[in-house]
Amino acid sequence: MVEFRMPSLGADMEAGTLVEWLVKPGDQVKRGDVVAVVETQKGAIEIEVFETGRIEQILVDLNSKVPVGTPLARIRTGLERKAGVAVGPVPPPPRVAETPARALRAAPPPSQPATTTPAIVRVPGAGGRARASPAARRLAEMHSVDLATITGSGPSGAIIRADVEYRLVAAPASVETKRPTGLNLDAMRAAIAAAMARSKREIPHYYLEHQVDVTSCEQWLTRTNASRPPDERLLMAALAAKSVALAARRFTLFNGFYNDGKYQAASAVHLGIAIAIRGGGLAAPALHDVDQMPLDELMGRMRDLVQRTRAGRIRSSEMSDSTITVSSLGERGVEAVHGVIYPPQVALVGFGKVVARPWLVDGAIGPRSVVTMTLAADHRVSDGHAGALFLAEIGKLLQEPEKL
Amino acid sequence: MNEADIRTILQEELGNVAPEMDLQKLDSTADLREALDIDSMDFLNFVVAVHHRLGVDIPELDYPKLITLDRAVTYLKGKLEVSKS
Repeated sequence: MVEFRMPSLGADMEAGTLVEWLVKPGDQVKRGDVVAVVETQKGAIEIEVFETGRIEQILVDLNSKVPVGTPLARIRTGLERKAGVAVGPVPPPPRVAETPARALRAAPPPSQPATTTPAIVRVPGAGGRARASPAARRLAEMHSVDLATITGSGPSGAIIRADVEYRLVAAPASVETKRPTGLNLDAMRAAIAAAMARSKREIPHYYLEHQVDVTSCEQWLTRTNASRPPDERLLMAALAAKSVALAARRFTLFNGFYNDGKYQAASAVHLGIAIAIRGGGLAAPALHDVDQMPLDELMGRMRDLVQRTRAGRIRSSEMSDSTITVSSLGERGVEAVHGVIYPPQVALVGFGKVVARPWLVDGAIGPRSVVTMTLAADHRVSDGHAGALFLAEIGKLLQEPEKL
Repeated sequence: MNEADIRTILQEELGNVAPEMDLQKLDSTADLREALDIDSMDFLNFVVAVHHRLGVDIPELDYPKLITLDRAVTYLKGKLEVSKS
């Protein structure tokens, strides 16, 4: 029997409020399933379970606020372990103290069939009063809004803070956006400000840039995608992510955490993917073990991650453990981005948009597709020479896209 | 399926990709990428969804034909007629 505990979703999180259970006693769960939704100061997060087994007992009622580490449920696993050993989701160490991703909350999944959201088992609501998160209740009370008049967009129709906020701002016609998506852009801006200010205060950045001919990548993508249905097609962003992950595995000074005056290289490559949020925002949720992930799977996960992040549906395991971050400007961007490192990470690799340029190949000038890659790295951990080798390695990997 | 049906489906799927944008106000002749601030990943998600909803093949080379809502409706209507006949 193991205990499933309230996870820590950042160093400044002390407690969370359980706003929805997606499982009930007797349900089978497997590692990675979303089992609950927890509301934190900055929004609600889908919480995943780290064990495979059967839910034995739910220990925390809906809408209870409990400290980090509190057992939320008991899970009977296939292999029984020693009694009393709690193997809940170990609260991650306080690494990324101000991940902007925490400004996200759960939103209802889109109705389209292509999503990969796991099947959700609905449990009956608490009954009686309107189901609403504590933050939503507080806000509603503050502004004398009757919750019964609000349609909830949270899990199982629960009213969440954004619904109340939406009600409060719904009147002006000048509002550009149509409906709340689960993103609190003000909170996200505050989180970005805190993380980036800390970065610039603490991290002595140095910057390198490198132009790489990616014509072979483009040709390979065109060839590969021509025979594939849309949901199996690949984008340059996936090649970029994979090449960075492979290089990061070898160049250990760029993949890890700097905490308390000491650098610790990470044993895995968890790639933070910087995702711009429409309306002004940024999140960098993590994809795990990208260096070992087949390209097709990586592409599928990136598509899913981008869509979920922009809709405000991010998962607990994606929130705080990136070991290095990639930022790709995409086709509507400009040629180069000089990034700001997410502390306590020590490197960020940027990709500008791919541009057509006259280029010298085998002594002749011809049109080629060129991308400017940049590295922002932490001078407390590495120097320009090592950084140059790291960046050059990424460029080399991109010359053979079929091997990624 | 008529043009209005196709248009409704496209609007729904654009709404899934860019949920916070007001599609009622979308200029149907505007470049979707600019008007809705969508990138290539969003656009691919849109193409995937439309492919599943309408069952038509949309080769990568044809992406420029879906660049505005009006052009996408015309393109997909043509595709559906070809697949019917």
